[in-house]
Order: sequence, then C-alpha cells, then structure tokens
Amino acid sequence: MSNRLIVSLSPHVHSGDSVQKNMYGVCLALVPALIASLYFFGLGAAVVLITSIVSCVMFEWLISKFILKREKLSILDGSAILTGLLLGFNLPSNLPIWIVVVGALVAIGIGKMTFGGLGQNPFNPALVGRVFLLISFPAQMTTWPVSGTVGYVDAQTGATPLSLMKWAIQSGDASVLNDMPSALSLAIGQHGGSLGEVSAILLLLGCLFMIWRKIITWHIPVSILGTVALLSGLLHYGVSDVYADPASVLCSGGLMLGACFMATDYVTSPMVAKGQIIYGVCIGLLTIIIRNWGSYPEGMSFAILIMNAFTPLINTYCKPRRFGEVIRKEAKK
Amino acid sequence: MKTFSIGGVHPAENKLSAGSPIREAALPKQAIFSMFQHIGAPAKPVVKKGDVVKVGTLLGEAGGFVSAPIYSSVSGKVSKVDVALDASDTRRMAVYVDVEGDEWEESIDRSADLVRLEDRPDLDAKTIVEKIKQAGIVGMGGATFPCHVKLCPPPGEKAECVIINAVECEPYLTSDHSLMLEKADEILVGVALIMKAVGVERGYIGIENNKPDAIQLMTEKAKAYPQIEVVPLKVQYPQGGEKQLIDAVIGRQVPAPPAIPINVGAVVQNVGTAFAIYEAVMKNKPLISRVITVTGKSVKQPSNLLARLGTPFSQLMEECGGLPADTGKIIGGGPMMGKALISLDIPMTKGSSGLLIMNNKEARRAEAEPCIRCAKCVSACPMGLEPYLLSNISSQHMWEEAERECIVSCIECGSCAYTCPSNRPLLDNIRLGKTTVMGIIRERAAKK
Repeated sequence: MSNRLIVSLSPHVHSGDSVQKNMYGVCLALVPALIASLYFFGLGAAVVLITSIVSCVMFEWLISKFILKREKLSILDGSAILTGLLLGFNLPSNLPIWIVVVGALVAIGIGKMTFGGLGQNPFNPALVGRVFLLISFPAQMTTWPVSGTVGYVDAQTGATPLSLMKWAIQSGDASVLNDMPSALSLAIGQHGGSLGEVSAILLLLGCLFMIWRKIITWHIPVSILGTVALLSGLLHYGVSDVYADPASVLCSGGLMLGACFMATDYVTSPMVAKGQIIYGVCIGLLTIIIRNWGSYPEGMSFAILIMNAFTPLINTYCKPRRFGEVIRKEAKK
Repeated sequence: MKTFSIGGVHPAENKLSAGSPIREAALPKQAIFSMFQHIGAPAKPVVKKGDVVKVGTLLGEAGGFVSAPIYSSVSGKVSKVDVALDASDTRRMAVYVDVEGDEWEESIDRSADLVRLEDRPDLDAKTIVEKIKQAGIVGMGGATFPCHVKLCPPPGEKAECVIINAVECEPYLTSDHSLMLEKADEILVGVALIMKAVGVERGYIGIENNKPDAIQLMTEKAKAYPQIEVVPLKVQYPQGGEKQLIDAVIGRQVPAPPAIPINVGAVVQNVGTAFAIYEAVMKNKPLISRVITVTGKSVKQPSNLLARLGTPFSQLMEECGGLPADTGKIIGGGPMMGKALISLDIPMTKGSSGLLIMNNKEARRAEAEPCIRCAKCVSACPMGLEPYLLSNISSQHMWEEAERECIVSCIECGSCAYTCPSNRPLLDNIRLGKTTVMGIIRERAAKK
C-alpha cells in the first residue's frame, strides 16, 4: 500500500470545539453590553476599551516572546482579548490612558503570565488588574462620569447608586435612597459606574447566550444572583429599609458583570457543579457583606478573588457523583 | 424519552450506510482465522497443514472457560498454522485456509425457515448454554466477551432481566440496524432463547430513536412475545456501554468494578449476538459470519456486508469501491472506540462491527493546547469521573491518587477527549493510568 496510514488511539473524531470558539463566544456575549457602554459613555468608553484590549494583547505577546521565549504564541487564542475587554469593562470611562496600560500590565503580566499563561493562573487576571488599580489609584478609579456624557476627559462626574446605598446604611437615613435611579433605569443602564456595569439586562442577555451555546453552565451565575437576591431581600424587607431593595442591588455596580462573566472564568472557578454552587453562594454572601459593612462600596471583585483562592480546595473536596455510587451506599445499609 | 443519567455526548452520526440492505460478500481466496478473536484465553489450533476443512469444521478449541472455539467459515485446505497480523495490530497465532468451493458441514441447517421456540420444546436452559458455548459465540458489539460466561451467573447472583443492546451508538456503524430490519424474527427468537437460558421472564431491547424504522418493526414483531419490550432511547453516546444501557433501560447503576451487571440483576447481550445465538441453537450453525459496516466519507459505496470471518479487510474494501486515494486512517470498529489498523491485510474477526476509512484531513488530530479548566470533560464523562484530573495524575505517574479517583471505573468511551476544546489527549493518558493501576491492584490481590 502506497498510503501512509496514521495510527493513533481512539477516539478518532472530535467535537470541533476549541479554546478560540469559547473565548470569542464570551466576547460575542459581551457585545450587547459593549454597544450599550459606547452609547452611554461615548468616546471615553471606546478609548478605555481599545487601550485595554490592545495593551493586554501586546503584553501577552511581549512576555511570551521575549521573557518566556515561547515558539508558539498564544495571542490569537482569544484569552488576552477577553481579559482586555473584561478589564476595560471594570474601569471608569474617564480613566487616564496610562493607568489603563498599567492595569493591563498587571492583569496579563502578574495575573496571568507569571503563572505560566493560559490555564495556569489562580486568580482572574482582569480582576487582579482592576483591584490593583482600585487600591493604587482610588481617586481616579472611583470618579465615574454620569451616564450619557459623551466626552472623554472633561466628563461630568457624580455619585453612583452603590455609594448612595452605602451612605444610607452608614447614616441610617433611608431617604438617601430616594436619590437612586429606579431599578428599571438601573437595569437599562442609566447610571454612573464602570463601563461594563451599566446595563444589567444586556449582561444577563449575554449570560443566557453563553448558557445556550454551552460555553458555561447555569450553576455559578444562578447561585450568585440567587444568594444576593435572597440576602438583600431579607435585609430590605426583614431588617430595615436603609438597605436597598433586591432589584436595585442586583442591577447596580459590577454584580451582573461579575456573576455572569468574571466569576464564570473557566480557569479560576471550580470544575464540578456542586463546587460551583458552593463557590457562587460564597461569592454572593461575601459581596453582600462587603457592600453593606465593608469599607468599599463595591464587593464583587474582592468576593470573586477570595473565592478564586478557595477554588483548588473546593476542587479537592467536591467530587462529581460517580456512576453507581448511590447504589453502593444503599447496599451498605 | 429514556437515556442514561450521567454525562454523555452526541457526536455527528454520519450513518452513511443506513438503509442499505445487507449484501453478501464474495468468498475470499484465502481466509485467515486468528486464534485471538475473543477476550480470555486464546483458542488452541486443532488442525495442521494439509487438513481438508469444510464450512463449520472446528479449527481451534476453547483454551479455557473464558474462551471460545473457532470454526472455519470456508471450505478448502489448511495451508499453514502460523502467526498472522490481526486486528490488534500484532502478529499472533492463526490458521490459514486456501479456499476451494463452498462445502458445508452436514449438521448445519442452511434453510431460511424460521424455527420458533415452540417448535423446539426439548431445549432447556442447560442445552441452550451448551450449544452457545460450542458454537463459539462471543459479544458481537465489539467487546468479544465469550457469550456463555455471561449466561452462567456466579453463585449467589440471580438474573432478573435480559437487556438487548441494539443501540449502536457509535457514529457511522449500521450493521446492527440493518440486521434488525432484515432479521427481526430471528433476533426475537434469539432473545427468547437467552431469556430461557438465564431463566428470566423479562426482556428489553434498547434501540436509539435515530432508528425509527427498526423501533417500529421490532415493536410490531415483539407483540407476539409479551415478555419482550422494545425500549426507544434518546440518542446519546455511549449508550451502548453495558452500564449506561442498564441505567437507561431499567434505571439501575452497576457499582464500580469489580461489580458486574449481574450484581444488579441484568444480563446484557448485543442484538448481533442474539441473532448468532438463534443460528447456533436453532440452525446448528457455529459463528462463521457476521454483518460488518464498511464506511467512510470518501468510500464510494458505504455498505453493510454479510461476510465470512477470516476474510481480509482489503477484499471487503474492494466490494465497496476500493480504498479511497485520500485514505489517512483505517479503523476497525467505530470512530469513538475503534482501533486504528496498520494494514488492510488484516482478516475480519468475530468482533469486527465496522471498517471505517478516514481521509487525510479527518485522520489527523489537532494540536493539543493548554487545559483551560472548562470542565467540559467532567460534564461529558458518563462514569462521573474527572478526566482532566485523571489525565494529569496519570501523566505524572501518581498511581495511588489515580486509584483513589476511581480511574478503574473508566470505560474508555472517549467522550472526554472528544469534547475537549483544547484537543488534549485525555484518554491516552487515562489508559496508561488505568492499565497501570489495574496491574497494581492485581499484584496486591496476588500477594494476599
């Protein structure tokens, strides 16, 4: 026979799924929210997002080529683009460009490549970048332009729903919450905040798209949002009305972005459904604690990073239900 | 619609030869009978060079209880008893027969008349099992486990039902499907024989709903057998796995090894085996032929062939339009669990359910990328294992951890590697770990 035959072990067929398909699938799911942020924040949003994405991809390329000296470069696998997009979504639209670049360097350099690149990082790179900037540049990171301003540098700034919520709790005066936009306008996105925090409805739409395309499963987003809804409901209706109502809590700040896109990051979340639910419930719990009683108005990023640290532990103790296990237990009785 | 409860994938079905009738393949010029056509001890050759054999003449006797005899499928002269390349891709003992004419042993009933169970009131369970054992019947789905062993439950275990595996969940393969469409009556008598052999009142035939014509026909014909129920199943790979099928049909899960199906009261046989049992018991015909699907996207005429065992694959290929020029891989069996062959000169055996030709492009695996921990392998695993973890610890030779993580439960269905977005060779690594851990367990048991 003149043909040269390939001999390899089964399976001989593949689903055709790929890292790229998943990464670009998440990017696609973010497009509606991206368009909303461009609409609400205009030029500033475009400047911050482009800077963030370009510098993330550039840093990944520089580090893998010149420091790790890898032959196969990973910049087209979509993960650096996604990190850039998510980092940009976590920043205010009037942030100076150089701060965005620093954030990208920390996200990709420290958050991802120090651990060996894709698949190796214990913490969500985009969140590592964001939290680094939040701690290093607190003033710039917490002055958000009011939604609807179009310029970049000279945008109007204002209080966000989250700072109003915190103020209400600290002052014990529920009337502060009257200044909040309605839950509906929060959900659509007419309020100040980071780029990707504006439109809860469009983020949720992206999340449903990812579940439909089987990029993620429902466990993490549902357990986070469910826990937050339950706890904030208990606080608002059961304890005191200085605590904001659940609909406003769910639609404000980075909660929706975090629950749907940051906490569901493959690399840093648990592998098994049971573990994912524990992880999601803990994120929801920590977010509520930090938002209501911590010193920062927003707790989502910290909650996710803390639970990222617990992911290996969760993976060790949460095993899937093995085939035949149930019967084995019955037989022992 | 019923299916198994954990994991599973749905590969593209590609049943190219579905609906094409069973065609009888021409006799080969030379037939080669491997003595290794089943799991267990190899058969021992009982013929020597120069012996004249007929169709149905014993060539090799069973080498033990877990073994099966091998019969000639052709008439002619034994040209040598020597090693031959077989479907395991290694050279092992075989009997070569140069074919002359087509003379059959007289004991074999070659008529097409249907013999029903009522026609043979003399058959009791013991006789049936003995006839199956003598006929050299093994699991025809591909596992090739000697059939009579499964029909003799170990002491203390009682069978409650017989489940017939007519799922054919492997993509491309259609041999069981075509057999059901053409031999439904014979199959049902075969099922009744198996039920009588193990002494149960309940029989199920599990068929995936991508074969509605077979489901309809079998259901219609099964009306004459009140104890036999046809169970349509949702298409899901690996439903043809014994444990998955039992779970799908009667909702019981066989515990981790060393437990076997009989521990939950089930005896599972392939639909092709049921047909072979009919022929063996009612027609006195030993296992000398089977239906094999010859298929592939570049194959001119994908077909279901009824071929004599020992026929070289190259000849079956010729009957279906010849080996395509762009052939990259030849697979014995289906694409999910089949074995890549190193040559077409290999003869077909009792377990040859398919011959699949993949073109150059399909044959190549994509390059592996880093694990992104997406957990899709965990969701796909039908045994509730964590393939990413088993693969990692196996490649690092962490055998104790592998045993603790239940690596021996792996059924090697390949759903993990199939689904992995990073194209990681998960099952390659897991096989290494599973084989090693099973060796360690055997060694430990031997020491006790």
